Amino acid sequence: MNEHSQNEHSHPTADVYLRVAAVLVILTVLEVGVFYVPVFHPVLVPVLLVLSGAKFTLVVMFYMHLKADSRVFTFLFGAPLLLAAVVMVALLFLLLGALTLRGAAGAG
Amino acid sequence: MTHAASAAAHHTSLGLDSRKMAFWAFIGSECLLFTSLISTYLVYKGKSVVGPYPHEILNIPFTSVSTFDLLMSSLMMVLALAAVQRGDMRWGKIWLFSTALLGLVFLGGQVIEFTEFVHKGLTLQTNLFGCTFFVLTGTHGAHVTVGVLWLLTLWVRALQGKLTQANAMTVEITGLYWHFVDVVWIVIFTVVYLIQ
Repeated sequence: MNEHSQNEHSHPTADVYLRVAAVLVILTVLEVGVFYVPVFHPVLVPVLLVLSGAKFTLVVMFYMHLKADSRVFTFLFGAPLLLAAVVMVALLFLLLGALTLRGAAGAG
Repeated sequence: MTHAASAAAHHTSLGLDSRKMAFWAFIGSECLLFTSLISTYLVYKGKSVVGPYPHEILNIPFTSVSTFDLLMSSLMMVLALAAVQRGDMRWGKIWLFSTALLGLVFLGGQVIEFTEFVHKGLTLQTNLFGCTFFVLTGTHGAHVTVGVLWLLTLWVRALQGKLTQANAMTVEITGLYWHFVDVVWIVIFTVVYLIQ
């Protein structure tokens, strides 16, 4: 059996797709719920990022089939995603840091 | 051409489908595009000197429905792929059309949202929030538009009998694009709408 046919056979079934959709809906309801409940406001950002990350991972793993497909595809997606994340964090440190320092200098 | 023959015609030396491999590389490049737009939004977040500000204008219940709509369209897309892969073209056509329809509903919601914002005084030129918000969500909307056109094209080809089980890889690649658009929205919904 070649890799192509292996990949096709390892795609999830409709039942798995439906269960993933149910989890995605529950996570979305939780996200919106957390947004409206004042108790969660001190931890709103980390909680939302975790919920969003879980949804992102579920779609990529099951609907885009990265869980079952070749690792080459995971690399082709993961490497630019990692680079993008590093660039984003660097930009935020660089530009937000610069703006904060400029603001502090102005205030002083 | 049989399914096996069709697949073999596009194989790389790694034994993987070359179209799928190229498409994953394209999705990787799209990650960089959207990250640059999201980064720009975050860097300028809270720096607007005039309103309207995000908390005054963003409608969370409305956007939550749009998010639900896009998630359901992803479910329709995988069901379409599963149907085409097992040769059930009747359901394949139904799910493909449903995906495109939900995509159109999402776009309709975005048009309503943008129109409302413009009426409330938020345009590309109003402030930093307006500029970065419209560029980010507008670019995403343009991607959804391309996806809807692509899905409708596949649906028409299926109606003509030109999309069969042998073309399952074409549907899978369309699905990859559609799910990518969905995961980008998952990030936008959290970063732009919920984290204000």
